[in-house]
Order: sequence, then C-alpha cells, then structure tokens
Amino acid sequence: MRAVKGDQKTRIALTLNGRKLAAEAEPRLLLSDFLRHGLGATGTHVGCEHGVCGACTVLIDGVAVRSCLTLAVQAEGREVRTVESLAAPDGALNPLQAAFRDHHALQCGFCTPGILMSFTDFLARNPQPSEAQIREVLSGHLCRCTGYANIVEAIKEVASSSHAPRSEG
Amino acid sequence: MAESSTTTKIRRKEDASLLSGRGRYADDLPVPVGTLYAHVVRSPHAHADIVRIDARRALAHDGVWAVLTGEDVRKLSDPFLAAVKTPVQQWSLAVERVRYVGEPAALVVAESRYVAEDAAELVEIEYAPLPAVIDPVAACAKSAPLLHPQAGTNEVSVREFRYGDTAAAFARADRRIAMTTTFPRLSFTPIECYVVVARHNAAGGSYDVTANFQGPFSMHPVMARALRVKGPKLRLRIPPDSGGSFGIKLSVFPYIVLMALAARVTGRPVKWVEDRIEHLVAASSGPNRVTQIEAALTNDGCVLALRLDQLEDYGAFLRAPMPGPLYRMQGAVTGAYDIAHVDVINRVVLTNKMPASLIRGFGGPQLYLALERLMQRIAVELDLDPLEVIRRNLIAGEKFPYRAAAGALYDSGDYARAVEIATGDGRLDELKRRRAAARAQGRRYGIGFAAIVEPAMSNMGYLSTLMSKEAREKAGPKSGAVSMATVNIDPLGAVTVTADVTVQGQSHETVLAQIVAKALGLRPDDVEVVLEMDTAKDQWSIAAGTYSSRFASGTAVAAHMAAVQMREKLKAIAAKQLNVLPADVELSGGKIRSRSNPDNALPFGRVAATSHWSPGLLPESMAPALSETAAWTPQELEPPSRDDRINTSLTYGFVFDMCGVEIDPVSYQVRVDRYVSMHDAGRILNVTIAGGQIRGSFAQGVAAALYEEFAYNEEGAFLTGTFADYLVPTVSEIPEVEILHYESPSPLTPLGAKGLAEGNCMSTPACIANAIADALGVADVTLPATPRRIHALLERAGATGKR
Repeated sequence: MRAVKGDQKTRIALTLNGRKLAAEAEPRLLLSDFLRHGLGATGTHVGCEHGVCGACTVLIDGVAVRSCLTLAVQAEGREVRTVESLAAPDGALNPLQAAFRDHHALQCGFCTPGILMSFTDFLARNPQPSEAQIREVLSGHLCRCTGYANIVEAIKEVASSSHAPRSEG
Repeated sequence: MAESSTTTKIRRKEDASLLSGRGRYADDLPVPVGTLYAHVVRSPHAHADIVRIDARRALAHDGVWAVLTGEDVRKLSDPFLAAVKTPVQQWSLAVERVRYVGEPAALVVAESRYVAEDAAELVEIEYAPLPAVIDPVAACAKSAPLLHPQAGTNEVSVREFRYGDTAAAFARADRRIAMTTTFPRLSFTPIECYVVVARHNAAGGSYDVTANFQGPFSMHPVMARALRVKGPKLRLRIPPDSGGSFGIKLSVFPYIVLMALAARVTGRPVKWVEDRIEHLVAASSGPNRVTQIEAALTNDGCVLALRLDQLEDYGAFLRAPMPGPLYRMQGAVTGAYDIAHVDVINRVVLTNKMPASLIRGFGGPQLYLALERLMQRIAVELDLDPLEVIRRNLIAGEKFPYRAAAGALYDSGDYARAVEIATGDGRLDELKRRRAAARAQGRRYGIGFAAIVEPAMSNMGYLSTLMSKEAREKAGPKSGAVSMATVNIDPLGAVTVTADVTVQGQSHETVLAQIVAKALGLRPDDVEVVLEMDTAKDQWSIAAGTYSSRFASGTAVAAHMAAVQMREKLKAIAAKQLNVLPADVELSGGKIRSRSNPDNALPFGRVAATSHWSPGLLPESMAPALSETAAWTPQELEPPSRDDRINTSLTYGFVFDMCGVEIDPVSYQVRVDRYVSMHDAGRILNVTIAGGQIRGSFAQGVAAALYEEFAYNEEGAFLTGTFADYLVPTVSEIPEVEILHYESPSPLTPLGAKGLAEGNCMSTPACIANAIADALGVADVTLPATPRRIHALLERAGATGKR
C-alpha cells in the first residue's frame, strides 16, 4: 500500500468499467465523489453518505460496496464497476435492467443504480436465490417511490429465468 | 368493476436512461468553470439569540471566499412573503435569533465542498440560549416562550367556520362522541437531497439558478421579491430528473435565495448540495396536528354534525404556501360522509422545530386520522359494526355531483358500491376468519377500515379561506388553477411536448406521450416529451409544478387539449391536400387520411411539416400549425363564498381500505397481515403507473403509521438525525397490498381522470390505527405505533402479558 499525505492531492488510478482512468484527489475524498466529480461517472448516486440508503453501491473487484463509505484511494489499482457498465454499447438493456423496466420497478430512478449493482454482484454468486434471499439483499437499500413490490418481482423474474446478468461489462 | 379502455401496459419512456446511469439529476449537470461550493453552518440550539458571529478565522482559511451571516442577508434581501400576514419575518439565514435546531445561521463559500466544511468549523457563533417550546398545545399557553415576540403569540392564525346549523344538530342528537388525535411530524425523505447552483450577473442585475425545486411556482415571485428583482431577473431552471420529492422539494426555495445571494457576494457561481444529516434536521417536515373532534349522533350511528378543532404546528416559521395542509381539505372536511352540519376551528401555532411545509397527502392524513378514528370509536361506543357505521354515513351514489357542507363539489362516485366490491369476494370474511382464529389462540389481532375522499388539482384560492370575508373582499377574489401544455411540430413533422410539471418519478413523460399520441393517431414512441423547466422560456403559471395530484386532472388535460387543437389544424391542412372536407379527415396509424376513402392518405409527418416548409399552402387565415399551447382553467374552482364555503379541488376520488394487523406478543411490533385498498380515481390513464403510484403512497402510509417520526426532546434537541434513528421502511417492513379499482369518470375533465397518488398517505395511517385499536381494545392510538408505544398502551391497560 502506498503512503499518502493527508493534505496533498495524489494521483489515483483505477479501472472503471473496463477503462483505465486516473485523476488527482485528496486522500480524504470519498469514492462516490471521485467517481462522480473526478471521473464523470454520475450514474452512481449519493443518498445519505452514511451507508444506510445504498444508492451509491458500486462493485470493487466484483464485490458490492457502498462508495460513500469508501475512500477513493482504497480503490487505487482496483477494478470498479458502476451502473454505466450494465447496458450494451448500443444501449440495449441487460436482463436485470430490462426486468426493472418491464415490472415498473423504478419511478424517480435515483436509488435504482445502487440496487442494480447490489444484485449484479448477488445474482452472479447466487443465480437462483429464494424470494427471502432477494428481500434480505434488497433490505440494504432504501427506495421512497415504489414500495419495493415491483423491485422484488423484477429480480424474481431474472432469478427464475435462465439468463443470469452479465458478470463482466 | 369497470375496466378502462386505456389501461394498456406500456413501457415507460423514462426507464432506459435511468437504468443506464444516464439520468440528468441536479448534481449530475456540468457547472461553470470557477464555481464555488457552499456549506451551511447550522444552529445547535432550539432557541437562542445570536450574540456575535466571528468569521475571521474561517475567512483566513485557504480557499475560503466568503462567509455570509444574517446581517448580510438582511442588507441584500427582503424577508420572504408569507400567506398569513403577521409581524413574523423570515430570511434565508437566521437574523438575530435562531428558532430551531439546524436553522441556517451562516454560509461558508469556498473553492470546494470539503474546504467549505473545514472552514465552517472555524466560524464562531456565540449564542444566548432561550427557553424553547416544542409541544403545540403548550405553545398556545399564555406563559409559553414566544418565538416571535413581535407577534405577541405563538398561535398566529385562528379562524372559526360554521357550515350549516351544527349547534341545533348537537342539541337534537341522541349521543355525542368525542376524541382527540395527534398526527406526528414526518417527511418522506426523497433519496436525492436539495441541490442549488446559482449565478449572478452583476451587469444585468439578474440571477440564473438551477435547482431541484418541485413547485408550486407561486414561490417564484416570493423568491424574486426576496432578491429584490422583478420576476424575469430570476431565471429558474429545473433539471429533467429529480430523485423524488413528495412535497419536500418545495422547501429548497430559501436555499435558492441564499445561494443566489452568495453568488452575488462572491461574483462566482455557487453550488450547494445538501447532505442527508442536513436534510433530516432542517429540510422540511409535514406539520403535526392535534385534532379535537366530536360527533352528534343518532343511536343507530348516523352522524348529524361534526365539530373539529384543528391545531396545526408549523414549526418555527410559517412559510408560503403554508398553512396549506390546514386548508387544502377545508371544503372536504366531512370526508366521504353525508354530514350537513360542521363547525371547524383552524389554529396555526409556531414551535421551536424545523418549519413544516408540503408533503404528500397534504392535510389529508391529519384530517382522516381524526375522522376515521372517530368512526371506529362511534362503532365501539354504540356497539355497532364499524363497517356498518361507515356504510350508514357514506354519501349515496344518487347524490353525485354532491356539494359537501363546507363547499367541495364531489364530481362523481359510488362509494357504497366500491366498498361492496372491496369487502366482497370473501375478502372481509377472510379477515374476520383470521381475526377469530388468532383471538381463539389468545393472540392480539384487529381489523381496521378507512373511507376517504382524495382531492386533486387544488383551487389556488383555497388559502384565501383563512382570511375573513372582509379581508378577502379587500384583497380581491383568488380562485382557480391553470394547467398548461404545448405540442410542437418540427421540420420533419416530429412531435414534441412540453408541460408545466416538474419531474420526480411520476412517469409524466410516458403518460403525456400516450395522451398526445392518441389524439394525433401516432404511437407513444413517436412523441418526445421534454419536461425540464426554464422560467425564462417555458409557459407557466403560479400553479405550475408537481403537487396536490394536479397532473391527471390538470396537466394531462391541457396536453390533451393542445393535441386536439393541433389535430384540428392538421385536419384542415390535410383536407386541402387530400381534396376532401376537413370533417372527412382522420388521423390514424401515422397517417392523415380520408375517412370515406382511406387510400387517399398522406404520412402524418408530411402534413405536419407543411407549416415549416410551405406555409403558403395553409388554408386561408390559418396560423401555422407549429406549436399549440392549451391552458386548462376549470370553472368549478371558484373563490370562497361569502359564508366561507370553498371548492378546494377540482376532482375528488374515493379510497376504501381495510386491513388486519397482529401485535407481536414479545416484541410488540405491529405486523400488517392483510391489506386491501380500493381506489376510485375516475378513468385510469395508465394502469401500471397507477399501481406504482398507489404502492408508493401505501408504503409511505405504512411508514407514517408505524415507523417514521421526527422526534425532539422537551428542550428541542433533534433526536432523529440519521437514517439509523429516523426509520425509513425497507422491503422487510412493507406488507403486500391488494389493489382494486372502480372507475367513476369525472364529468368535469375531458379525460375523466382524477388524482390517485396521495390517497394511501391519507387512508393507510387511519386504517392501521383503527386495526390497532381493534386489536388492543383501546381508544388512544398514537402514531407511529412503535413497539414502545404499543407496550406502553398495554401497560396502561394492565395487559402486557407478563408471564
């Protein structure tokens, strides 16, 4: 691990959605702020900055983490995936995204990227979860618009179909 | 049950972008080079005089551009206009005194948000604490500490209303039953917090602000006046996406003014993004209300008359358009019941808590908690079936359109039929079976009902009901509400729509495309909808924005009207080109053709583009068919009458809920076992989206009933400042709901649609409270019904079941 000074900007390099990127940042900068304002990946949203709402969830080396509870320097050299990686380059939605659309599982869409990333990780590890497992993972996210029912239905559909979401972007 | 012809399942136009991280929310938009960032320094005291602010150390910090205080704000701006004339003044920063924990006391502007937060710790504010008052009833006492000494009282508005002859009805009644209910303080905390980016152009003396404001745009003149500029000098832009609002994002307006002033002081663009801790402590709350309600009754449970004394707590300031929640339901204060006589006292009180303002449900939850708890209580005291008490008092189907005692004109409905459907098919029998089985085993299980009227598209004149009729006459009548939409044609004949709504997830884009496409014989995919707002270039009135369920009864109608205007013009243009009479022209399947000879047809785009390329070919005296705007101003939204009757809204839907709840004997948690919600929202515009709105509203109703509350201690310290303390329900806490529809189309709008997205915020807290009362056999149910409160109720009843 590299030593950094608290009051100095340092260059942080990581792989974001398959592309190597770098920007200067103070060691105290949150990963959520770094992704959004340093690297321009604004699809990841910030909802509470204390780790409860889950809107800022991203994958680091394939594992879902709260980017508001992670410092940018902690992602140095790692592989970060965000919601921008899910659709195909031509814009076609992946099965998880399509299921959210088909089940009206989002309204304002602000919490949605975090939920998609949590389940991208979870379904990759558990392609056919029970409804109880789905609900347990979803309980790590706050949504104020939908009342959650349609989100559960969307994820159930993906889980029961043969398509697992693409694990690589 | 009537099935709607327009209830086809379609995909939302919004979704592909939002699912791909391509939304454009306020904090995603680019800012000018050189933008500075602001951080608000907030009061740690519930009530204190500001003795001294010393910003020197903060200003000396590297990267700090300015520190604004109340004195700067007083010099550069005027106090916000309010709906109630009182000597109370409010600015965008505290002036001389702070009146709630979290009140903005200073603003630090720096090169980055992180630096601004560092420097905020260096702003030294010396406070002289004052006694605080938190409880609304205590705040009315003569001895209570005064928040605004110049007002001479905390009870800043009291009005009494008499509709019918309530005293005579009480005199002849067999029985009187009274109770008191308290509705808690809560918010629906959108996941995206407030965002403001403000610019000032010193040369032109103008401000240009982007913010995730939701409306109503009656606040635009309030902001412009505070900034001491004419309306056009405050350009307000609303981004195309917003991360939820539920009423809460009206209250970004003081920060719009504050950041505009900061931009003026620094000469640089200033951006502020509220964080969650700030949002919880100070953004906005729904008002808490104490209601004393009393019914005059016959022995068989018919309500002859009502008396209501409503004390609503707006926190430290009464911000425009408050006290809206106290008056929004005024015309419909008798709810779904045929009650000819009602007296109402409306009281507004100020306390040392964050200011209350718009919130989904807006006065309905408070009213119906009192009214529906009373109906349940009547059944208990008269030993009648609670559903039977509701049935006996519902407005009969043949009475529609029905003029309620306080002035609301209920446009359509068949409440008894809706109740019959909801309780039928074995649904109520099943609930009763489950209750009997649970009780046979010694478990605590109860059934609750709620029957409510859901208003939509507010009469902007309703707030003037709070003035005396003399004051109203002096000020001139206020009434009505305008909804606006525009249909545009581009040079290739493509259609775009703009409208006077802000977007927070309600699927306006999808529904507007659907409505306009239908009128023009196109597919929804053929219609682009652009809903970001710009007050300098878009059509808007003070009623613009997204609130009070004004979309289905208002803006959707305007879009339909604009599309019909465009259609009629296109028919005339096509008639000339097809060599037929306009009456023989129809728009269908992307073609404009002769009805009698469908082979005689032109592509829609070709006819539609005529006004761009060949205006000379237009029928004589026709203005080009490039852009058609419709403004919908329903006549039914009249000003208050001389005797204070007011038709507060345009359309009135109906909701009937019933549920079964069980109290956990160990944890005292309330578990909702079954929930059925019947909605009559007139014609349903899109059944999928309607279901989404109802589920969302239901979840918030459950939250209000069981989980969410802004809590303060007696000294005014704020106790729910994180999402670990303020409990937003997760998927684990939201029960299933069975949604039923019954459609009584509104005769007052061409689409027949009513609002439906607030109903469960109004009905569900009351329904669950009634079920808890039934389960525990108690009269007093305080919401949210947390395990601690349930335990206390049972302790009092000596029934905690200590074994």
